[in-house]
Amino acid sequence: MINKTLTELSAGLKDGDFSSVELSQYFLQRIAKYDDELNAFITVTEEQALAAANKADEAIAAGTAGVLTGIPVAYKDLFCTDGIRTSCASKMLDNFIAPYNATVVEKLTAAGMPMLGKTNMDEFAMGSSNENSYYGAVKNPWDLERVPGGSSGGSAVAVCAKLAPVSLGTDTGGSIRQPASLTGVTGIKPTYGRVSRYGMIAYASSLDQGGVFASNAEDCALVLAAIAGFDAKDSTSVEHQVPDFSATLNDSIQGLKIGVPKEFFGEGLDNKIATVIQEALQEYTKLGAEIIDISLPNTHLAIPSYYVIAPAEASSNLSRFDGVRYGYRCEDPKDLTDMYMRSRGEGFGTEVKRRIMTGTYALSAGYYDAYYLKAQKIRRLISNDFKQAFEKVDVIMGPVSPETAFKIGAKTDDPISMYLADIYTLSLNLAGLPGMSIPAGKANDMPVGLQIIGNYFEEAKMLNIAHQFQQATDYHKQLPAQFGGEK
Amino acid sequence: MSLSPEEVKKIAYLARLSIEEEHVEQYSEDLSSIFGLVEQMNAAATDDIEPMAHPQNAMQRLRDDVVTETNQRDKLMANAPLKEDGLFLVPKVLD
Repeated sequence: MINKTLTELSAGLKDGDFSSVELSQYFLQRIAKYDDELNAFITVTEEQALAAANKADEAIAAGTAGVLTGIPVAYKDLFCTDGIRTSCASKMLDNFIAPYNATVVEKLTAAGMPMLGKTNMDEFAMGSSNENSYYGAVKNPWDLERVPGGSSGGSAVAVCAKLAPVSLGTDTGGSIRQPASLTGVTGIKPTYGRVSRYGMIAYASSLDQGGVFASNAEDCALVLAAIAGFDAKDSTSVEHQVPDFSATLNDSIQGLKIGVPKEFFGEGLDNKIATVIQEALQEYTKLGAEIIDISLPNTHLAIPSYYVIAPAEASSNLSRFDGVRYGYRCEDPKDLTDMYMRSRGEGFGTEVKRRIMTGTYALSAGYYDAYYLKAQKIRRLISNDFKQAFEKVDVIMGPVSPETAFKIGAKTDDPISMYLADIYTLSLNLAGLPGMSIPAGKANDMPVGLQIIGNYFEEAKMLNIAHQFQQATDYHKQLPAQFGGEK
Repeated sequence: MSLSPEEVKKIAYLARLSIEEEHVEQYSEDLSSIFGLVEQMNAAATDDIEPMAHPQNAMQRLRDDVVTETNQRDKLMANAPLKEDGLFLVPKVLD
């Protein structure tokens, strides 16, 4: 069961090989069996999953089912789910029952996908290791002493250990691609504006974008098609036609021009990762692609500008948590200011407080031009680098992360070293471009992801390029032995 | 770039975050290193560069001024830490 693609699961459901209730129970049992060790889920929604699975089985019997009907899914715990706790992995929202569904949840529910549960993450999506969770760190299934990456670590691990066939995450600075890379699953962060942010608890609104984790590009294509599209409820949603991402998966990539930025292979990159990436590029040349050296000269400015823009927007977004309307309120406040300060001081974790203060300072009187405006100008420079590159190449490739999964606790005392781990992923969010991570091999016995960067709204092409690689290789089929389970 | 413990306390107050006294020093060190990193931006020449707020340079969309939401007062208030008669309760503001 765990080695089937979504298309195969869909066929199995329609042919009556198993029901959606059986399929959902199968994954719920895996969660029950393995998640004590992995900590990928904050909330398991067994009752809702089985009720939805029953409805899906009825739709299948009635012949009204779509391709995703009956296939279970897990959501990062920042997508609002009506009537179910949506915690953002924060003490602040530990008691928050969302009063409505995020648009993506609404869409996948309408498509007939039962929800298995809500996955663990870095608090308010701030982190690259999934250690900043009120509910504890998530473990990497390939080595339980190591991090799975973040912030969507739970969603990545759910797919990696096959606790769910597919999951949703979000990516503000690499939070889909980096955990996908560190756990060896396929993850796609679409173009900014492609997927509705409505009901997705905001971190940095000009960068946040929802996306998909799955075992392969073919599965990502199916689910991305179901969540993408214009939404009037998201004011930055873009009106752009959504193609059938599955239709072009088998197109030839003969003559494809792959740009490889030299800045992605500089100091700080683990040599063994560089080797894995070079071998993946070799594989692409075998498939008929041409490798072209390019330069993205402002790459080094991505980290400094990101750590202004994201915290600035976060400090504004997180001001809504005031202890009045929802969320945590401190005990016995002596006045209104004391209530605000202690509710927020006690409700937020250290990294969240660090970023709120960074953003507050950057936006405070007299500093706006020096920090936020300057960062937005650099954002333009970074975006222009990509624009020029895409005049010469069809797609850009490189590593996702400069290192493989590190030990839990290795960087907790040094926030800057954690920030530096996002060097290859941040610039896409700043430019608003789509990116993927696909498994490309191993280094240090841990998975390595290849990053595929497309031009705006070229997710179909990226999925095609990823799928062609996955037709020729089997890295995406490898499972951690301990969680490989029965066939 | 360095942010003194006093500045950290001021920022924390602006952000309405209570910070325990024993953690102020650590935040002061952390924020100082973050702004040390951020100052690498100064090396970039950006005089004639247009700031970028939205990747597609989209303008804020407007909608017609009509009622689109239904009344869900009770549901939306269910998460309030303290409430009475359909109102949010907060500590006394005026004596």
